[in-house]
Amino acid sequence: MTVPRFWRKQQNRYNLIGTKCETCGQYFYPPRNFCPDCRRDGKIIKNQFKGTGKVVTFSIIRSAGDQFSRLTPYVIAIIELDEGSRLTSQVICEIDEVYIGMPVKQTFRRLGTDGESGAIFYGTKFIPA
Amino acid sequence: MVGIISYGAYIPRYRIKIEEIARVWGANGAEIAKGLGVYEKSLPDLDEDTATISVEAARAALAKRRINPDDIGAIYVGSESHPYAVKPTAATVGEAIGATPVMTAADYEFACKAGTAAIQTCMGLVKSAMISYGFAIGTDIAQGEPGDALEYTAAAGGAALLIGNEDPIADLNYTCSYTTDTPDFWRREGKPFPRHGGRFTGDPGYFKHVLGSSKMLLENLGTTPSDYDYAVFHQPNAKFPVRAAGMLGFTMDQIKPGLVVPYLGNTYSGASMVGLSATLDIAKPGDRIFMTSYGSGAGGDSFDITVTDVIDSDLFSRDAARTVTEMLKDKKMVDYAIYAKHKGKVVMME
Amino acid sequence: MREVAVIGVGCTKFGENWDTSFRNLFVEAGALALDDANLSGEQIEEMFVGNMSAGRFVEQEHVGALIADYAGLATDNIPSTRVEAACASGGLAFRQAFTTVASGMADIVVAAGVEKMTDVGTEVTTDVLAAAADREWEGIAGVTFPGLYAMIATLYMDRYGLTREQLAQVAVKNHANGVKNPNAQFRKAITIDTVINSTLVADPLRLFDCSPVTDGAAAVILAPMERAREFTDAPVRVLASSQASSTIALHDRKDICTLDATVAAGNRVFEMAKVERKDIDFVEVHDCFTIAELCAIEDLGFCKKGEAGKLTEEGVTAFDGSLPINPSGGLKACGHPVGATGVKQVYETVKQLRGDAKGRQLDAEIGMTHNVGGTGATVVCNILRRV
Repeated sequence: MTVPRFWRKQQNRYNLIGTKCETCGQYFYPPRNFCPDCRRDGKIIKNQFKGTGKVVTFSIIRSAGDQFSRLTPYVIAIIELDEGSRLTSQVICEIDEVYIGMPVKQTFRRLGTDGESGAIFYGTKFIPA
Repeated sequence: MVGIISYGAYIPRYRIKIEEIARVWGANGAEIAKGLGVYEKSLPDLDEDTATISVEAARAALAKRRINPDDIGAIYVGSESHPYAVKPTAATVGEAIGATPVMTAADYEFACKAGTAAIQTCMGLVKSAMISYGFAIGTDIAQGEPGDALEYTAAAGGAALLIGNEDPIADLNYTCSYTTDTPDFWRREGKPFPRHGGRFTGDPGYFKHVLGSSKMLLENLGTTPSDYDYAVFHQPNAKFPVRAAGMLGFTMDQIKPGLVVPYLGNTYSGASMVGLSATLDIAKPGDRIFMTSYGSGAGGDSFDITVTDVIDSDLFSRDAARTVTEMLKDKKMVDYAIYAKHKGKVVMME
Repeated sequence: MREVAVIGVGCTKFGENWDTSFRNLFVEAGALALDDANLSGEQIEEMFVGNMSAGRFVEQEHVGALIADYAGLATDNIPSTRVEAACASGGLAFRQAFTTVASGMADIVVAAGVEKMTDVGTEVTTDVLAAAADREWEGIAGVTFPGLYAMIATLYMDRYGLTREQLAQVAVKNHANGVKNPNAQFRKAITIDTVINSTLVADPLRLFDCSPVTDGAAAVILAPMERAREFTDAPVRVLASSQASSTIALHDRKDICTLDATVAAGNRVFEMAKVERKDIDFVEVHDCFTIAELCAIEDLGFCKKGEAGKLTEEGVTAFDGSLPINPSGGLKACGHPVGATGVKQVYETVKQLRGDAKGRQLDAEIGMTHNVGGTGATVVCNILRRV
């Protein structure tokens, strides 16, 4: 992750701001600027997501790359937000606490850093609701 | 009347017992805990820091009261553990609560009273009608040097006060401060841990300034301790605030709700403000609250606060976020090894 | 559209290969293929090479030109193209070569795949492979590649009642097949207990549910069917080659347990080849993880969703079963040098159909390959037939 790439989506990550296609009513978080169904006919607007949802599926990461090796074991899940969009996120809970269907809500955490002297990347993770 | 529009606090879930820390250093944990009046302290999760705690505290405040974040005109975050030495935590908080870009912001440092200094600044900006709302936040993930006395109490947590003048839940009637250049505790630029003067931090430090500021407020307002329902003092341990309260004439009943240090530890810039949050969690309309913070270096900020009817009205949802007591109860105990890993004391190569 | 045949194949031994460099891996595979086709270098008209991440593994880009150069073909200035679709890079290279010959643009075309993964540490490899998924919205969340397939497995097990033992049987079978394959990285038989007691990587997947990190290269040479016998007595016809794409992120799939790109590519290849599922004698599927093999069998239409575990348990997909899956040992036992796998699958299929699969010979007339990129964002399928 580099600074400009992160900064570009900062508001989206901090505040769960995604998009919505007004033409077909689909919600997108992560945000999409182009509706995959309506394409050029899709009218895209900003959308503030509520921040609540449920776990669709999950795993417990035991072995991770550079950035995340200190956090293992941690829960990773595909979460379906109340609005219908699905995203992938860490869920901060005991590894035996998570289950399919578990209700979750957003929390603000560090996503990572660019080393000890580099930028700190913040964003949204999820905790049991 | 300028006052507190809303408040929120955040305490990370992890805890370590003072006895566990003592075990590692071969000291008598039970004795130390009893001497300090502190039994457990909090520590952050691996992905938490002063910015994330400040955001959670601010969001908790905003959950309790419907205001438009665009109307927040200033954010000041006071801390000794800002994630960056240069790049303000306040800007990250602003972005994460939707207050950017029309606002002013800055980070404060004045040891443990940086957060209350932020309250004073917000009071001035609101009173002069320069802003409608200002956030004053005090947060720390305090770093205690391994094996040092301060390691037993240096904790993690923070609180955010939203200051404004439209229907406050508590009026900020008056504030005054007592400041001198006193080297009781400091941290040099670039160094990871602070240094302190041992017993020097007591009388010439804490007591001189806490008593100095407190007596000044009582004198200026012509009030006595019995005029107040509650009192909150900076709490580096449980002994100092209890002693200061006694010396001024406050009772244990008055300070008890705001004395959170026994099972939290010293959250430095968060300390008095988390104590105030705990007091506001149970306060009733009409309650009068006395608060004096202390920051090494050194200074004390005193406040005279009166809770209004608004705290029980439809304008404010006190239970829309967790109370300090609830957060203190939601805990996960760890041993020193996990504590060291979380606090970055286990040095790993990049 | 002309008919296309494979006239030569070559493959290096897959494994942790400290002594061979990236470029020499390709040269080795290429030389074997040329020998096999009885061709000399000047006869090669065009090359396609599949490679996922030479840039991060060996700090090298411009791979098409590099391997043309080291194959001695730069002096003939041949067109050489590197194609990338994560773990389906090899499949892409093969299909590009196939369409080049089928369209008449060139006659003798090489499809190769090469990956040198062991020159960096495992933490770097994990991060490189995460780029096969959605970096911005999956990678940054800390999900690893095994983690993604593990999430498929969690949901699949919950929905279909797949047992841990049934899932482990996939690895047991493929390791048993690998024993017979001299090119495989792992040639030792394992048991269900081996799998179930191995270290957890991303629950429920354990070490033995995951294909390893491997160095390797493979190359096949294509020619128009009408010229094939100039070069070989045993040409194998490529009936069809198909490709499909799907969402890059697993969370955007319509059904997390179904790789819809496999469904699409599968349907397309059967239609183009004009054969039916029952005509297929064996399939080399993309078993990057044990769960992936089960989904592949189902999504290619060989059985209903949720049934592949039972099929595996019953031995239907074993070497001596009615539909052998991964008779080569698959990615699990052979290893998975990312860019090479798609081409190695064709190599194995050709060896089988020629009757040249010593020690692991099936009696087969029509074979199929299935190569996946990422968690299913790209899929390439091929159907080949004995001539």
